[in-house]
Amino acid sequence: MDILIYGVINSATLALMALGFTLVYGVSRLPNFAHGALYVLAGYICWLLLNRLGLPYILAIALALGLVAVVGGAMYQLILVRIRGMSISEIIASYAIGLAILEGLRWGGLKGGTFTLPAFLEGSVDIAGVSVDFQRILVVVLGALLVGLLYFFVNHTRLGLALKGMAQDERAALTLGIDSDRMAVASMALGSLSAAIAALILLPLGSIVVEAGYHVLIMAVAVCIVGGLGSWTGAILASFVIGFAQILTTAYLGAHFQVVVAILAIILTLILRPSGLFGKQKELEERV
Amino acid sequence: MPKAHESRRKERLDRGVKVRSDGVYAVASWREMAFLLGPRLLLIAGLLIMPLLLMPVPYWQKVLTIICIYSMLAIGFDFLAHYVGLVSLGGALYIGVGAYIAAILNTEMGLPLWATIPLATVLGGGVCTVLLWPCLPLRGVYFAIVSLMFPLLAARLIEAFDIFGGTDGIMGLDGFPNRWSEMYVLIICLLLALFALRQLVNEDVGLVFRGVKDNDQSVKASGIDITRYKALGVFIASSLGCLGGACLAHIYMWAGISQFALDFSIIPIAATVVGGGGTLAGPVIGCLILVPISELLRDFGTLRIAVYALILMAFIVFKSEGLMSYGARKYNQFEHWVEI
Repeated sequence: MDILIYGVINSATLALMALGFTLVYGVSRLPNFAHGALYVLAGYICWLLLNRLGLPYILAIALALGLVAVVGGAMYQLILVRIRGMSISEIIASYAIGLAILEGLRWGGLKGGTFTLPAFLEGSVDIAGVSVDFQRILVVVLGALLVGLLYFFVNHTRLGLALKGMAQDERAALTLGIDSDRMAVASMALGSLSAAIAALILLPLGSIVVEAGYHVLIMAVAVCIVGGLGSWTGAILASFVIGFAQILTTAYLGAHFQVVVAILAIILTLILRPSGLFGKQKELEERV
Repeated sequence: MPKAHESRRKERLDRGVKVRSDGVYAVASWREMAFLLGPRLLLIAGLLIMPLLLMPVPYWQKVLTIICIYSMLAIGFDFLAHYVGLVSLGGALYIGVGAYIAAILNTEMGLPLWATIPLATVLGGGVCTVLLWPCLPLRGVYFAIVSLMFPLLAARLIEAFDIFGGTDGIMGLDGFPNRWSEMYVLIICLLLALFALRQLVNEDVGLVFRGVKDNDQSVKASGIDITRYKALGVFIASSLGCLGGACLAHIYMWAGISQFALDFSIIPIAATVVGGGGTLAGPVIGCLILVPISELLRDFGTLRIAVYALILMAFIVFKSEGLMSYGARKYNQFEHWVEI
């Protein structure tokens, strides 16, 4: 029972971490290696607003979300747009931006003392004999809600449909008057927004540390690769596969193996089935 | 003022001396020979004299050895990325494997330093090649991501299984007899590696490598096993990294998890981008610039990582050709604006 409940929670956590990454890659084929940095940035901005400026929690959250979305959009508009299409340069440049943000934060802000955000709801509840705190339940609920909202957004709004069109066929979308660069900015902003949402939901469970940035990046990459880059259903299913695998190894082998599982999952998937469990790309395109 | 690209363009012409020294007639006069040999001798002599110049500041002699280690890694990265077409983001794997093999050979089997370093180079190259073999069919982003994951995995596995000394690492390696041997072994290895690789890429095998990079299908169609050539490329690049790793382990007399650290993956890439990809000498120049910057910023802790990440980003976005290609162009050609 333990394993089932914590498996679900862990899977929802992973899905939250990966959503932004898969959204950006799905729409603009941009592997955003600054994803983890945006996650930590959101937490830190929220902490600053909350503790330095003394804003109410709700307002701080809203502002932090907005700011991170702007940062993400600006990152694309000012820097990444210049190297669009050169995938290796994109990886290196976005990774460099992420490193700069993370290590800059470590140097300038996130050192000494612990930085924590308050939980939305205190207390815990017993589910089938296992005590679970409200925040963790909230992770699952909000995770599901976010997935639902994004699904609705992509399939039933103008901007969402435009993004979907871009993802399916960039040229056709261009001929229909969809501006590919503006869409890419929008997707980066949205992706950063979901990284920020994930951060603000997940960070109250622990403290804000720079290492979380690297951790989130590895997890997001693991989920997206196992699920097939750019595939939504794949990403969600993959987060359950990896989530449960992690909880099982933690239960039977030890906590050290959590990251090992994720990295092994990446390597094995890429070797055995590079387009991922549910990837739509033709395998021939990805492999030689 | 009208924008440059609207009314005029830059015309580039080869300098006379460049044209004359391209062919066999280069030996006709000292001037042409000097033109050809100048930059090469500058690098060789510069590197060989550097330890003497740095004599008053032993700390910077240490930095020089680190520069050489990073340079070897960076040359390997450049070779693999621009001649074989495999972008390996996990240089730390090579350093770590080299360091651990040297450490095990030295402390467990009692082999002396002059045996462990060559052995670690060859064995380490072999181990890295075998590890990366299954990933060789992948290309582009996918190979990059897997190779980025390997050093992380290696560090976690050593931590989780508590093997090879676990988090403490392996201590008590032999050091170099003195700091001169330390520096000159590395400098000579670096120069040999640099000129050997430059020679290699112009041989037949280099042609196949470039074929694999540019159009692997057609190489395959010619009946050449591309995976084997990729493996050979990985072996060459990882051997260089392992050589660096083995020397590093002997310099610090210690091998540990931190030798799988991010620095070893990111600095060589930054150096290659700054120095100019595909030039092989460029990465060395990049390291000569970046590593001292990173050392100067050591007091500021992790700020140095942020700084070279920013330098890397600026170069990749605004000056992607790199310093070496820029310098070579200025050295070989006139440039002037022409109205159109």
